[in-house]
Amino acid sequence: MSTRTIQGQKNLQDIRTGSPDGIGGSPLRPDGTLKVKGEFAYSSDLWHEDMLWGMALRSPHPRANILSVDISEAVKTPGVYAVLTHDDIPGAKFYGLEIQDQPALAKDKVRYHGEAIAIVAADHPETARRAVKKIKVEYEVLTPIVTEEQCLNPEVYGYVHEPHEFKSHGHGNICHSQKLVSGLGVTDEVRAMADVIVKGEYEVGMQDQAFLGPESGLAVPSEDGGMDLYVATQWLHVDRQQIAPVLGIPEEKLRLTLAGVGGAFGGREDLSMQIHACLLAQRTGKPVKIVYARDESFFGHVHRHPAKMYYEHGATRDGKLVYADARIVLDGGAYASASPAVVGNAASLGHGPYVIPNVRMDAIALYSNNPSCGAMRGFGAVQACFGYETQMDKLAVALDMDPVELRQLNAMSEGDYMPTGQMIDSPAPVAELLQRVKDMPLPPPLDLTNLDVRTLPGALSNTTHGEGVVRGIGYSVGIKNVGFSEGFDDYSTARVRLEVIGGEPVAMVHTAMAEVGQGGITVHAQIARTELGVEQVTIHPANTEVGSAGSTSASRQTYMTGGAVKYAAEAVAQALIEKGRKRYGWTHNDLSLIGGKVVSESAGALVSMVDLLGDDAIDLTREHHHRPTVPFDKETGQGFGHVQYTFCANRAVVDVDVELGLVKVVELTAAQDVGKALNPLSVVGQIQGGCTQALGLAVMEEIIVKDGKVRNASFTDYLIPTILDVPPIPVDILELPDPNAPYGLRGVGEAPTVSATPSIVAAIRQATGIALNRIPVRPEHLTGTL
Amino acid sequence: MEFLRPATWDEALAAKAEFPTALPISGGTDVMVEMNFDVHRPSAILDLNRITELRQWEITDGVVRLGASVPYARIINELSEPLPGLALAAHTVGSPQIRNRGGVGGNLGGASPAGDAHPALLAAGRDVFVEVASAARGTRMIAIDDFYVGVKRNSMEKDELILRVHIPVADGPQQFSKIGTRNAMVIAVCAFGFALHPKNGTVGTGIGSAAPTPRRAVAAEEFLQGVLAERGLWESGDLLGAEVIQQFGELVKAAASPIDDVRGTADYRRHSLAVMARRTLTWTWNDYSKQIRSAA
Repeated sequence: MSTRTIQGQKNLQDIRTGSPDGIGGSPLRPDGTLKVKGEFAYSSDLWHEDMLWGMALRSPHPRANILSVDISEAVKTPGVYAVLTHDDIPGAKFYGLEIQDQPALAKDKVRYHGEAIAIVAADHPETARRAVKKIKVEYEVLTPIVTEEQCLNPEVYGYVHEPHEFKSHGHGNICHSQKLVSGLGVTDEVRAMADVIVKGEYEVGMQDQAFLGPESGLAVPSEDGGMDLYVATQWLHVDRQQIAPVLGIPEEKLRLTLAGVGGAFGGREDLSMQIHACLLAQRTGKPVKIVYARDESFFGHVHRHPAKMYYEHGATRDGKLVYADARIVLDGGAYASASPAVVGNAASLGHGPYVIPNVRMDAIALYSNNPSCGAMRGFGAVQACFGYETQMDKLAVALDMDPVELRQLNAMSEGDYMPTGQMIDSPAPVAELLQRVKDMPLPPPLDLTNLDVRTLPGALSNTTHGEGVVRGIGYSVGIKNVGFSEGFDDYSTARVRLEVIGGEPVAMVHTAMAEVGQGGITVHAQIARTELGVEQVTIHPANTEVGSAGSTSASRQTYMTGGAVKYAAEAVAQALIEKGRKRYGWTHNDLSLIGGKVVSESAGALVSMVDLLGDDAIDLTREHHHRPTVPFDKETGQGFGHVQYTFCANRAVVDVDVELGLVKVVELTAAQDVGKALNPLSVVGQIQGGCTQALGLAVMEEIIVKDGKVRNASFTDYLIPTILDVPPIPVDILELPDPNAPYGLRGVGEAPTVSATPSIVAAIRQATGIALNRIPVRPEHLTGTL
Repeated sequence: MEFLRPATWDEALAAKAEFPTALPISGGTDVMVEMNFDVHRPSAILDLNRITELRQWEITDGVVRLGASVPYARIINELSEPLPGLALAAHTVGSPQIRNRGGVGGNLGGASPAGDAHPALLAAGRDVFVEVASAARGTRMIAIDDFYVGVKRNSMEKDELILRVHIPVADGPQQFSKIGTRNAMVIAVCAFGFALHPKNGTVGTGIGSAAPTPRRAVAAEEFLQGVLAERGLWESGDLLGAEVIQQFGELVKAAASPIDDVRGTADYRRHSLAVMARRTLTWTWNDYSKQIRSAA
């Protein structure tokens, strides 16, 4: 076991555990400098001679019947090449990640504000925009179905999807549901066993991924009647699987190549402009580019599910949890997207990293006329963590216990069971992580004699010179699964080629992994160097010429595709050694590739790889499947549903101007077990980034929806943290290997996004004494002016 | 869309006379955002970037003559002493990039109630004037109190352009506070500017984002001026006392007529205006007291 505290880049030098460029080192990312200097080619920079620009007409209403669509004026606009509606789609009319319930273009009705109805291709974006404005749509506007009460009473308020067109697993306006019972469940008898009971209702607002690179891509029709699509996405193969049927072409005729991705966070797991660009290219025979403007981007991707949650916990007088009960209602919006998986996570992870003998859970996702919600970093687990961690603090108050000690007393560890009945069969250092954040030195108190307004709530807005400022400290811990769950085989494929180029052995790694900023390509090169003993590694562009790499989500890419690269590289190494055995008759069984040579541990270097390879290339492809999981039982929630678990603990220190309700997060500490840090710099970056996104949810980030309409589709009013909002984030990393995972690693990206939000809210609560049952916390909550 | 690039002020006025619907652009920090959002598709754009007068300032007879395009970054760096309230407001405008481009002329031209410069200009006294000009009628001075006439509307004629703003050099402490729900790069939920004018025994206030237009809290000013005069506080620099500060805050609050919107509730705006009024009054008065005592 090795652990270390990292506070900024300087100390990273100390924690390099491998060769500088192999695993455990922190070689710099090839895209980093380009991005900082503005030279990186994003998907929005794509260009093709003779290309057209595509644009969509979107509904201003969250719920309406479409009585007619008149495109005649738009078609006549000079420079317009095509105007398409639902009727022009050659193949399947609907698509979806899991459930094909979303029309490629709206037919007869619209179900959310911003739904695409028609698309235009023109020779200039301004021409396309003008043509879009000339499309006349006659609507019969209906009252949107937007509240839980309305959704759950469809016979009164209506159906988002009529029963005859309903495609999901639920019924009425319920898209998906999952119950869970373990131990004795929650009954009056069980309640009677508890000395102290705390209850609460909690609410999470609609967060957005707020990636900076808007949805964009370029579709280029090919001579074989197929299509080449260059696009910023999270999963090339699942895009292809959804697009090809709509175009009415076989999958092999649709070739996808990853374009430069400007952030994703789950928001690119669903399709956005892909089908529209392809349809227009197919119709016009010309390349078509689509780039969303910022406001369109807010309508063009799914968001984090807003949640309403009821929690109840019972404990003995000495703080041992007796039971936990919860009901989680997630608003999935108009279409299913990833709602079923979000419900599965909320139900199975929704009681946190605690040992609780008796548990009940009921999680549902609603269909509504609100914006569609789907994948976002930590989904299902983020919402629930705010609920159960707030409950832990409440329980600590009720028991007059230290909130960290209460959590540690009930913390799960290796060998314990999840409420799903799944045993935790690798390290789960929950109590240890809490101890580590607690033991970190606290930041110094506010120094009012040496006033720098930038360090105060409000900063340069100059709202306080210390008046009303109260400090608070809060703690939290969270749990997240890694990889796809519930029986899904989200395998990854990697192709590794080894050959001599310019007198040097060179490895080439080819996968379809979407590099969305997580640093995966850097890690792939590190793995190839470690396994093949080479210095030079080329990363092939990600495309569909190689098998699926699964999605860049669920904290899974280093585990899954990194694992595939490891296995492919090992196979290549074995093949090269076999070649040597055949040629030289080696009988050693201690051979490996190091420093460009085949090396025997006992006999030393045997031959250079250059000599052994000669003009040959070894080119092998391997798939990596994680251990199988099973779906959760519908009624009891029991089942070996998750691949791996990951944990993060946080301590937040905040200064709150209690008179104005303004918050400055002073420090946000994180401790996380990562199994093995393949690239420590990237690991720290992931944890700090995850904490920052959690900070956004705690104090500012929310898509405001009123009667189904989005009110703040811009970065003027959808606020994300700036450099003055993000505090120092000291990171304490544990490396406790998971025997089931490649290199023992544990997925990193999501756990801090799950756990950090409640610590910040707890700190604000401590400073203000206000209950705070809703996030994001707004100044109105803190000043009683809502 | 016509794109007009006059080289001189006279050419600019001529162009504006010829194309009265032309949208003037300088830093573009407001205009370009609105064009990106498709709020405007103006028939013509009038680029003022070649006109050097707009980027200059000078001080004559105790008055800062501030060119309409002098960027906020320069107001902070060069004018913090004579215009402390405006400089504090400039600190809260957007990001460093925005402050390098945007200037007071854009705020005045857009006349948004959320413009950060307005509360500071209103508080700077009754002798603040916006100097505008047209080819047909030449120059005229609009008193700042007469400038804002409605939501995003000012009292300029269609053929007029803003040349500069006349702001008296501060003769006492000035402050500016702004509420935003993050710690930088935020549009005002509401804002408050305050200035002491010991030379003529007045005080100035300015409220932002809490009414259809930027406006003064006139009753609050009169109340405070009365107290300061009656009690001889201008001369003594003695403590104001909690009651006076409290009452001033309440009167500022009463002067606002805010709405509920995505950025904040009307209640919160009123509440925070009272807090900002109390705090800025306290800070400025403390500074003033120190000056009096060190002079004594």
